[in-house]
Amino acid sequence: MKRIKKAFTGLKSLAVGLGVTGRAFYAKNVTVIYPKEEVDNLASYRGHVELVGKEDAPDVPKCVACGSCAKACPSNAFTILCPVPPKEGEAASDPPVMGPAPQRGAKTPSKFILDFSLCSLCGQCVKTCPTKGLRFSNDPYLVSFTREDLKLDLLARLHSQAANSQPVPVPDTESVDK
Amino acid sequence: MNALLLLLTHPAARLVLWLVLVFAFIGFNAIILVWVERKVAGYVQLRPGPLHVGPQGLLQPLVDGIKLMGKQLVTPAQGDKVLFWAAPLLAFAPAIVCFLPLPFDARFKPLPMNLGLVLILAFSGLGVLSLCLAGWGSNNKWSLLGAARSVAQAVAYEVPLLLCVLAVAICTGSLDLYAIAGHQGAWPWQWYAVKNPLAFFIFLVCAVAETNRAPFDLPEGESELTGGFHTEYSGMGFGLFFMAEYANMVIVAAVAAALFLGGWQGPFLPGIWWFLLKIYSILFFIIWLRWTFPRVRFDQLLNISWKWLTPLALFDFALAVIVVSIRSMK
Amino acid sequence: MHDAFDSAIRGDLSSARFEPGPTEDKLILSMGPQHPSTHGVLRIMLELEGEYILRAEPILGYIHRMHEWMAEQKTYLQFIPNMGRVDYLHAMAWNWAYAGAVERLAGIEVPERAEYIRVAVTELNRISSHLVWWGAYLLDLGAFTPILYAFDDREQILDILQSATGSRLTYSYITIGGVYDDVPDDFRERCIEFVNRLRSRLPMYRDLVTDNVILRGRCEGIGVLPVDMARRYGATGPVLRGSGVASDVRRCEPYGVYDRFEFRVPTYPEGDAMARYKVRLDELEASCDIVEQVVSSLPEGPVTAKVSRVFKPPKGEACMAVEGARGKILVHVRSDGGLKPYRVKLRAPGFSNMSLFSELAQGVLLADAVSILGSLDLVIPEIDR
Ligand code: SF4
Ligand code: SF4
Repeated sequence: MKRIKKAFTGLKSLAVGLGVTGRAFYAKNVTVIYPKEEVDNLASYRGHVELVGKEDAPDVPKCVACGSCAKACPSNAFTILCPVPPKEGEAASDPPVMGPAPQRGAKTPSKFILDFSLCSLCGQCVKTCPTKGLRFSNDPYLVSFTREDLKLDLLARLHSQAANSQPVPVPDTESVDK
Repeated sequence: MNALLLLLTHPAARLVLWLVLVFAFIGFNAIILVWVERKVAGYVQLRPGPLHVGPQGLLQPLVDGIKLMGKQLVTPAQGDKVLFWAAPLLAFAPAIVCFLPLPFDARFKPLPMNLGLVLILAFSGLGVLSLCLAGWGSNNKWSLLGAARSVAQAVAYEVPLLLCVLAVAICTGSLDLYAIAGHQGAWPWQWYAVKNPLAFFIFLVCAVAETNRAPFDLPEGESELTGGFHTEYSGMGFGLFFMAEYANMVIVAAVAAALFLGGWQGPFLPGIWWFLLKIYSILFFIIWLRWTFPRVRFDQLLNISWKWLTPLALFDFALAVIVVSIRSMK
Repeated sequence: MHDAFDSAIRGDLSSARFEPGPTEDKLILSMGPQHPSTHGVLRIMLELEGEYILRAEPILGYIHRMHEWMAEQKTYLQFIPNMGRVDYLHAMAWNWAYAGAVERLAGIEVPERAEYIRVAVTELNRISSHLVWWGAYLLDLGAFTPILYAFDDREQILDILQSATGSRLTYSYITIGGVYDDVPDDFRERCIEFVNRLRSRLPMYRDLVTDNVILRGRCEGIGVLPVDMARRYGATGPVLRGSGVASDVRRCEPYGVYDRFEFRVPTYPEGDAMARYKVRLDELEASCDIVEQVVSSLPEGPVTAKVSRVFKPPKGEACMAVEGARGKILVHVRSDGGLKPYRVKLRAPGFSNMSLFSELAQGVLLADAVSILGSLDLVIPEIDR
């Protein structure tokens, strides 16, 4: 008798389960059909880092080419190059020899490359920058077929940003400051 | 033109025509069913399912089928080549024969015979042989385990299935599906599903188990046996198993509709539509089960059959016999 | 030719002990590293008779990434992102364990607000981890749908965590001296909203799964783990609590501000897979309670202590235990006064929990072994590190 009762509760539980999925059948879909629609929760996503322009001159980076971000990065994602000052008695070569920042006399980076394929989005670089010259770009759409495409030229990015957007988007330094 | 019509009335010609139709129907059905399956799965899981190929993703299964055909056929290194490739064909072929006696409509009998039910039961039993061969021929331990499971499962569930089919057959006194379906009326209270709900229930459970569908999909048991008997199959080898599974589902659903839901009979609509409607409702239910429940364990599966379904089916059969004999005494 | 093929595929180091013996009817089976229910790259050598397991031996090393060695090559701050990759499902707890150990080492006082935020995000993360486990376990048992319901809820958590941390899986949020960034203004409302949502969903979980007779058949009485055996192997977390021991680091050796919150430590005495299952489902509710308490009493203030960017802790060593979703996480840091740790030792709870499997799986059916394996909630990257 007990076993029959158990069998009936079992069957009932199955029916209840069917009820749950049955209700879900009529419920609204929760997925987003990606290329046609886009998710709306990406505003706070970090994305890769980018350079911050100066307030008065948006296409000049705040960066002073000190190289501490490159040093702080756990993944060695940065390549920051500055002209190497010529050695004593040598003539300056043209084009100048490039070396990793910091270099004596260089106040801005000549090349600022982020290899996003290495970046682990940890934010150490943003934290460490003495001039608050880096911020997160909040850009989640970074897909490419080759690794080379993910070597981002941040200086070029800054220039095109400055050229394209008037007025300059307010940098999200708020969250970085705290 | 007249000669052509005359030709069509010849039984052999009708049979050929029917076979062609069956092939088309199986292919078409597989596409529809895969689509329905994926759509149901999608909606149950709060997502839309296939969407992009064709209207509402209707052509997705077709495209998938083409992809399967384009794939390389891999034979395992030390497998038995003959058995390995015989298995999917053997899985598929009986399904075609089983379509012959199905009562799609009262006016259309491709193969007049009065043992339709026996034919179906006999040939559907062949399916397990193909799984067995597949498991053995692939020389893969997962496949072997899957094959062993499928045999035990088929044996266990054939018994209650036959018993409750017999219970219905005895009530009508015929093994012809046309006769059995015709014996019931157009309205639900005239159906055996209502007159004999226990048999209907047992039949459904056994049907799910016989077609190896979740929650009784132990021969495949993806999370346990990686793929079970079809672990080693690629391309159309897998595709044939897949088609056979869906064809078998249609067959059991059709038999259930004929035995328990009054076959093609129903008000207003022509018979064939009613029959298809009934088949698809049952199929929908089977699919719904799959996307709701976890898989049972092997010994539980056998326990369900031997300890519950078989005694119940016996009981039901005895009841049917008593009822029929009382009625015939009058 | 076949012989050559045979000897080529046989006898790698770990399967050598499973060579077919004199009995012909034994089946030697390598389950994994690619198997749907070994979650990632665990490999288990099985000796079967029919479907009964005579012997099972887990084999590790397929995703070894040398995290401990990496720690010795990086500065203290640079190692933080690694912690999220150790156990990607409960990244916060690992982050916290490492940051906490270094803070103890250097004697850094963490601001109160940061402590509260840490508790909140760790508990949210624990919920998300348990939800993934729930779905994946049912997938192991052959139910396809629950994982998508679980992911639906988990997405809400990830949204909240993303709004605070900027990432969805590996956060690097808990840093030495506090947390990376303050939480957004609507953090409190969103947490409360989520907690209420999850609570309203739990009855559905129960109806669909916990009460299901098939699931009960697959879990009840399966893989019974006696307390002394759990102790012998050093099992922790829900696995130990499923054997009836109310041991929880948050309760036994409270860290952070856990001693200020009321929460239940669920235990079930049965010790079977179902008990472990129920412990985790109850922990969902317990974590909800904690999150609720935290966000309603979140103090104001700074979120990081002053930590020099050139961080050099004094010579010495320190240790920090944290209750992760899988059990007791322990990070031991030793410093020689330099820029980089001298040694970092990570104790992964999954490792001890997995060691149980060999003994638990003896004599059970293959299908039960899958169920047991799932109920231990293993994250292989954590075990391999
Ligand atoms: S976010 Fe981290 S990993 Fe990425 S560039 Fe900055 S420091 Fe390097
Ligand atoms: S730390 Fe800041 S200032 Fe220094 S190189 Fe990097 S971006 Fe430039």
